[in-house]
Amino acid sequence: MVTSTSNSLAGRTIAEIRKDFPILERTVHGNKPFIFLDSAASSQKPIPVLEAMDHYYRYSHANVHRGVYEVSEEATAALEKARVKIARFIHARQSKQVIFTRNTTEGINLVAYSWGSANIQAGDLIILTEMEHHSNLVPWQLLAQRTGARLEFVPVTDDGQLRLDIYTQLLEQQPKLVAFTQMSNVLGTINPAKAMIAQAHAAGAVVLLDAAQSAPHLPLDVQELDADFVCFSAHKMLGPTGIGILYGKKALLEAMPPFMGGGDMIRTVKLHESTWNDLPWKFEAGTPAIAEAIGFGAAVDYLNALGMDTVRQHEQEITTYALEALQAVPGVTIYGPEASLRGGVISFNVQDVHPHDLATILDQEVGVAVRAGHHCAQPLMDRYDLAATARASFYIYTVKEEVDILVQGLQKAQQIFHF
Amino acid sequence: MSMDYYREYILDHYKDPRNYGTLESPDIHSEDSNPLCGDQLNMDLQIEDGHVTEVRFQGRGCAISQASASMLSEMIEGKTIAEVIALGKDDILEALGIPISPARSKCAFLSLRVLHRGLAIAGLEKPNDEDDEDE
Ligand SMILES: Cc1ncc(COP(=O)(O)O)c(C=O)c1O
Repeated sequence: MVTSTSNSLAGRTIAEIRKDFPILERTVHGNKPFIFLDSAASSQKPIPVLEAMDHYYRYSHANVHRGVYEVSEEATAALEKARVKIARFIHARQSKQVIFTRNTTEGINLVAYSWGSANIQAGDLIILTEMEHHSNLVPWQLLAQRTGARLEFVPVTDDGQLRLDIYTQLLEQQPKLVAFTQMSNVLGTINPAKAMIAQAHAAGAVVLLDAAQSAPHLPLDVQELDADFVCFSAHKMLGPTGIGILYGKKALLEAMPPFMGGGDMIRTVKLHESTWNDLPWKFEAGTPAIAEAIGFGAAVDYLNALGMDTVRQHEQEITTYALEALQAVPGVTIYGPEASLRGGVISFNVQDVHPHDLATILDQEVGVAVRAGHHCAQPLMDRYDLAATARASFYIYTVKEEVDILVQGLQKAQQIFHF
Repeated sequence: MSMDYYREYILDHYKDPRNYGTLESPDIHSEDSNPLCGDQLNMDLQIEDGHVTEVRFQGRGCAISQASASMLSEMIEGKTIAEVIALGKDDILEALGIPISPARSKCAFLSLRVLHRGLAIAGLEKPNDEDDEDE
């Protein structure tokens, strides 16, 4: 698509950046440009990420860690280099604190099983929030069922912010764990993670931060936040599917029992017992997603070259623009807080057009891809008495012209449904 | 694809659904929902002499799910049980007259599922596990 936007990111115009994403040049439904407004579900991938994985498979593939030949050593070095890049990206003290997982969901489950079974007992309290993705809810429900722990939830306000007054009250009950999302995938709300973590620590709790939505879009410093566990997925931040990470404080990770057993995670194996490998491999059973880790490293390089402050700034500009544009359409209801408190996510409804009808019309009429449904956050939908919403979400390659086309699509939907 | 995905007659059924409501003492009542999108539907049938003499449905959801329910209700009224049992996805697709993508097929076939579930509850047909089929 031709873009007239004068925006630039770190000295490169958005039009130049868009050229790194071949998929953005494709069309849908005949010859409509593909307008991708679903990055919160999964982002697109730039050429350097694709090339890093392709190069690995073409020239450096062998299994990692125990090969004593050149190519295996190369593969191992590439995997471990990716780990170091990701560790630096989130300002971890040591790369061994970064454990490769399949995705955010697996990281949270790892903590719920491994840390949870060693530390949570009947009657213990776990604090979550009403705005959690099912990924940061169901693993704790399962843990509570296994152990008899209790779950309490920080409610959200009508405009999509956490009730921090109630959070403070809940902390008086001395929870063992607090788990919450740094940014809501439905409302876009950016939660005050640093303050919330400090409060939780003062109450004696361990904190898991779901960074699935924040790591791709905001500068992330795990040491400054003082988070105990942090999870996120590569596929939402320009990287491939099938890989994510769990960051943990070293003392916590070292004290935890393994999650899955198998190759790579052991030091010695006898018939009836084994001893565990050091961090991070203790938690990485089996052959890892090597190419994906390398792609993840390349994605982090790409984001670093732009600078996460710049990424945030661009998205804030697009989000502010989109909020104004959507608010100007009669009949549109927007959920969530004002622009300054949110990331590049806008959930909305158009009168009583069902979000699925809306998404179909946007796709077919104007080539716009948005998500429609409960966004894996059913309790939050219930909180607002909604069955579903439509959601537009933005990233470094989103331009204002695409928001304009979204608005045109909404107007078409209203015409079709004769409002 | 153009504007006519949501054709006049689909929107007409959506906004002005036929046989909408409930029956006071139905011979068959069944309901189902589609939790992914919050579509919800219930259906009441009156059976006399091996025929569906009356049908009412009620629900909420997208235009595709509600319009297809309205169309299905028209299809089954007055039909014999055997004819109703024979109704399948093709009949719904033909009535809608638009291509239904995999993502929307759950919406399109919700009413059909509710109908067959009702017939199965009444012991008129075997419960089918169509949902287990690969689409
Ligand atoms: C806030 C949040 N947490 C967790 C997840 C789960 O991520 P994944 O499916 O990559 O495990 C998502 C993805 O949708 C998310 O938005």
